[in-house]
Amino acid sequence: MRAPLSWLREHVELPSGVTGRELAAKLIDAGLEVETVEQAGADLAGPIVTGTVLAVEELAGFKKPIRYCQVDVGQANGTGEPQNIVCGATNFAAGDDVVVILPGGALPGDRPGEPFRIAARKTYGHVSEGMICSVRELGIGDDHDGILVLPPGTAPGTDVIGLFGLRDDVLDIAITPDRGYCLSIRGIAREAAIAYGVPFTDPAGVDLPAGDGEAHPVRIADPSGCDRIVLREVRGFDPDAPTPMWMAVRLFRAGMRPVSLAVDVTNYLMLELGQPLHAFDHGKLTGPIEVRRAVAGESLETLDHVERALDPEDILITDASGPISMAGTMGGLATEIDGASSAMVIEAAHFDDIGIARMARRHRLHSEASYRFERGVDRELPLYASYRAASLLAELGGAEIVPGASHAQAPVAPVTVEMPAGHPGRVAGVTYGRDTVVRRLEQVGCTVAGGDVLTVTPPSWRPDLTDPNDLAEEVIRLEGYENIPARAPRPVAGRGLTGQQRLRRRVGRALAGAGYVETPAFPFASERDWDALQLPAGDARRVALRLANPLSEDEPLLRTTLLPGLLRALARNTGRGFGDVGLYELGLVFRPKEGAPERAPRLPVDRGPTAEEIASVDAALPDQPLRVGVVLAGERARSGWWGDGRPGGWADAIEAARVVAREVGVELTVRADRHEPWHPGRCAALYAGEALVGHAGELHPRTIKAYGLPARSCAMELELARLGEPRTPRSARVPTYPVATQDVALIVDAGVPAADVESALREGAGALLESIRLFDLYTGEQAGEGRKSLAYTLRFRAPDRTLTADEASAARAAAVTVAADRTGATVRGT
Amino acid sequence: MSAPNKSYDPVEVSALQPEALDRARAEALEAIAAAADLDALKQVRLAHAGDRSPLALANREIGALPPQGRAEAGKRIGAARGAVAQALKARQAELEEERDQRVLADEAVDVTLPWDRDPRGARHPLTTVQERMADVFVSMGFEVAEGPEVEAEWFNFDALNFKPDHPARTMQDTFFVESEDTGLVLRTHTSPVQIRSLLSRPLPVYVVAPGRTYRTDELDATHSPVFHQLEGLAVDEGLTMADLRGGIDAFVAGMFGEGLRVRMRPSYFPFTEPSAEVDMQCFVCRGASVERGAPPCRTCGSEGWIELGGCGMVNPRVLVACGIDPDRYSGWAFGLGVERTLMFRHGVEDMHDMVEGDVRFTLPFGMEI
Repeated sequence: MRAPLSWLREHVELPSGVTGRELAAKLIDAGLEVETVEQAGADLAGPIVTGTVLAVEELAGFKKPIRYCQVDVGQANGTGEPQNIVCGATNFAAGDDVVVILPGGALPGDRPGEPFRIAARKTYGHVSEGMICSVRELGIGDDHDGILVLPPGTAPGTDVIGLFGLRDDVLDIAITPDRGYCLSIRGIAREAAIAYGVPFTDPAGVDLPAGDGEAHPVRIADPSGCDRIVLREVRGFDPDAPTPMWMAVRLFRAGMRPVSLAVDVTNYLMLELGQPLHAFDHGKLTGPIEVRRAVAGESLETLDHVERALDPEDILITDASGPISMAGTMGGLATEIDGASSAMVIEAAHFDDIGIARMARRHRLHSEASYRFERGVDRELPLYASYRAASLLAELGGAEIVPGASHAQAPVAPVTVEMPAGHPGRVAGVTYGRDTVVRRLEQVGCTVAGGDVLTVTPPSWRPDLTDPNDLAEEVIRLEGYENIPARAPRPVAGRGLTGQQRLRRRVGRALAGAGYVETPAFPFASERDWDALQLPAGDARRVALRLANPLSEDEPLLRTTLLPGLLRALARNTGRGFGDVGLYELGLVFRPKEGAPERAPRLPVDRGPTAEEIASVDAALPDQPLRVGVVLAGERARSGWWGDGRPGGWADAIEAARVVAREVGVELTVRADRHEPWHPGRCAALYAGEALVGHAGELHPRTIKAYGLPARSCAMELELARLGEPRTPRSARVPTYPVATQDVALIVDAGVPAADVESALREGAGALLESIRLFDLYTGEQAGEGRKSLAYTLRFRAPDRTLTADEASAARAAAVTVAADRTGATVRGT
Repeated sequence: MSAPNKSYDPVEVSALQPEALDRARAEALEAIAAAADLDALKQVRLAHAGDRSPLALANREIGALPPQGRAEAGKRIGAARGAVAQALKARQAELEEERDQRVLADEAVDVTLPWDRDPRGARHPLTTVQERMADVFVSMGFEVAEGPEVEAEWFNFDALNFKPDHPARTMQDTFFVESEDTGLVLRTHTSPVQIRSLLSRPLPVYVVAPGRTYRTDELDATHSPVFHQLEGLAVDEGLTMADLRGGIDAFVAGMFGEGLRVRMRPSYFPFTEPSAEVDMQCFVCRGASVERGAPPCRTCGSEGWIELGGCGMVNPRVLVACGIDPDRYSGWAFGLGVERTLMFRHGVEDMHDMVEGDVRFTLPFGMEI
């Protein structure tokens, strides 16, 4: 809502020196979010006066039309002689009244604070003593096609800076949805009056003529959509009557575009009072007006020339011909006032806020009117607003007011709120006293009765005041939030982070410590991602939630795996010239539950839900497990002056999983697997005990190609919760007896997993084995065709004695025996 | 006692003559001093202190002396051998030191050579600033609460007093899960975690809820459809706006430093009543940039204040929807945007940098923030 200070001043007796910025500060304290204060016309300087064009001489020989004019500016130039002015506009003629800026004056420049100064100067062969102005030059419109031709009636030489409101402060206020009444000069002026403690004059406070009977007939067929409608009629309106400058300027300041007097009057009053108004051309109406819901199959062409199919829930204004307006939203084209309309029916009504909200949303038709109705319009306004509209049309457009008004309404239960007088103080932590509470509530328009418990009747323009806390806020904000003391927090017995929360932080640190950079990605994906990941038709990851209104139709799904986002980030980094890079993400994936109910029930809010009710809502939610993903490309250890680096590979991806598992205190078991999007021969399934926790390895070449990644890029993804709760490490005594080291090289078939050989050795070696380490892997002639050699160091140690060479040898031999039995291993060199 | 040895041979014992001993000693010391390196010194040691050295040989002659001469000769030889041994030791140390110096000097490297062999990692600043903010609450005894990102409308809206079709609800540009009547949305704020906490925890409840949230804003320099919020919630007996203010003061002090003023402006959120927007004094200029002629402040745009977030007293309707008696309990809530905090606290200028995952943005933030 844009509110010019001059307009506010008409209704609130602000001290004369108050600036827009000062008022803004007060209103902010009272809860209005003033975003900017525009100092319109601050750079204007007079003399800027009306002038009557006496003569116009067209100058020939220039690329564009140029006129040399004589303009009567009265005594404004000090001589009374006509002013000679060169002008490039052609939309005026001798006899027209225009606005002239004389030498010494200034117009707004390109930037605030840098005005454009006017001086007499020679141009096009003549001395131009000033300028004839356009609305844009004056800062009161966008139109720059021609100069401003005034409605007749202002004497030449009249200063227009004050007359037209060329200089004004305009407050731009973001109105929160609870304060619909502030979508009007009336509401903002009321707040300003309270803030300064000065009198407020209600612009709706006009005396209505005593009952003169009915105007155009009206009835309400559906009171749930409309509980009040008022119609008034005018006739003999002059369709050519111009909008007065002061009104045009105010509309422009408020952000609306002047259209025609009849339309401008309804808009002006909507801005001033907050009551949307609609004018029908009386001649285009057929029969009585009725407010009802739409019937299936009905349609209406609205003012914006769109034929709209109506929904049975839509609230309509209709006549005998059918729908003529979408109530409180937009009028119909067939009954609109036009350049010839002289008899009009003015409609002012109070429509159901939710009904209008739903209609506007359904038709994506958001207008100034629907915006206000959604936020609550004062139900007491229609009689007054319609009368003011008729009066303005009479005053400015020569119309005759048809006596009387048609008024249909449905009964509305009055709202009262019971509140202990001490409640606002208990909310604020401040003692206010009953008198202060009552005074503040009365200031905002409430009627207050009662003693210790107040019975408060909120004013008709405050439908938001329904609860004691709403009233408390009114008292507290007017008493000043800045006067609330701070009470230091009382210490609470919190238990700190949970194990999982600490784990998540540890996992992040561990991966970052291992050289990976965290890159949280948007969780949006598409079927193209599933294809790029080579997911087969039945893969569970293809079952994804779809957004009804995705930002991009390219990514309408919620991710079921972290990989698409990570791979895109990897491609972005390598594409920007960083080829050696490792990334990770810790984030949720979204997996629809099989057999979940189709919708989450909407539980009541007037009581707490039962455990069953909560469960019924949660049952509709997808599973949202936290996953860890890692991707890497290029060298893991870079080459440099120290020598060759080491390319990242599948083993790094698996190691990244171990880094994560180690934070839980779990040793992963790795098994070969085939699982998209990994390379079928370079894919590891990762197990914690018997639980599959994820996969790691080198990516499938087709996935690498699809995401534009460097060859041999690798990835890991696992589900954190499947690793279980973080283990509490337990200490064991550190044995200090000497170690006995034994090496063994085993030859096995190439297809035997090293992990099997190792676990066989481990088992066979028995309790004396301290550690086992594969120090060499060899394939080649000496191992034999289709065979490989695995060389291990076994370290033996006893906790209570020094091992003898025989003991170590026996343990080694036992290890080899089990490995031979299990894996067909033979000792190399025998 | 033994008889005096009268049969000594004056020739055989000439080596024990003081002059001979002095000469042997002088020659030894000279040779030791002349030894240029450890190898040479080894030779000198053999020649002058070895078994066949003059002094060793002389020592063997002592037995040939008459008993009354032995003590004195022994003393003399001992002195000479001692002097030689000491000189050898000193020279040995000297030469070893020289050798060490030489070898270590030869082993010198250019320590200014660059090293970037091992990859560097980092955590995303949105993660770490979120943790930092949460930790301030945790230090006040709050616990970290969480909830799902795909959330039921009842939790995201209804229970938070967003009435159906109310503008406050439609203004939250919501992602709906298809079809629109599933009743599921991407949570538009972290506030549904308030509801989940109040339903699942015993009173009093003191929680902080950081997390990812979603609205249908196109990505631009200051907006992202995926963003993060953090909010603190306290529900207890007798809480007032004074406690709210105290909680915010404590957060600001913990996060931005002591002594910064906080102001509240009345505002509106359906789930709090009364509600307020919260500003804090700029932690860089502390309001000084507002003064005429003062240097401009980039952090607050010379406003002197920084918009922090929203807050208010938990709307009693929210308590009712959670089955809590609003006549007995009251609460406060305070929430703020994590991205915005990162922007003004660390000078991030463009949202794109935060969401694109370019390692050049993230690496400088390291592990903690």
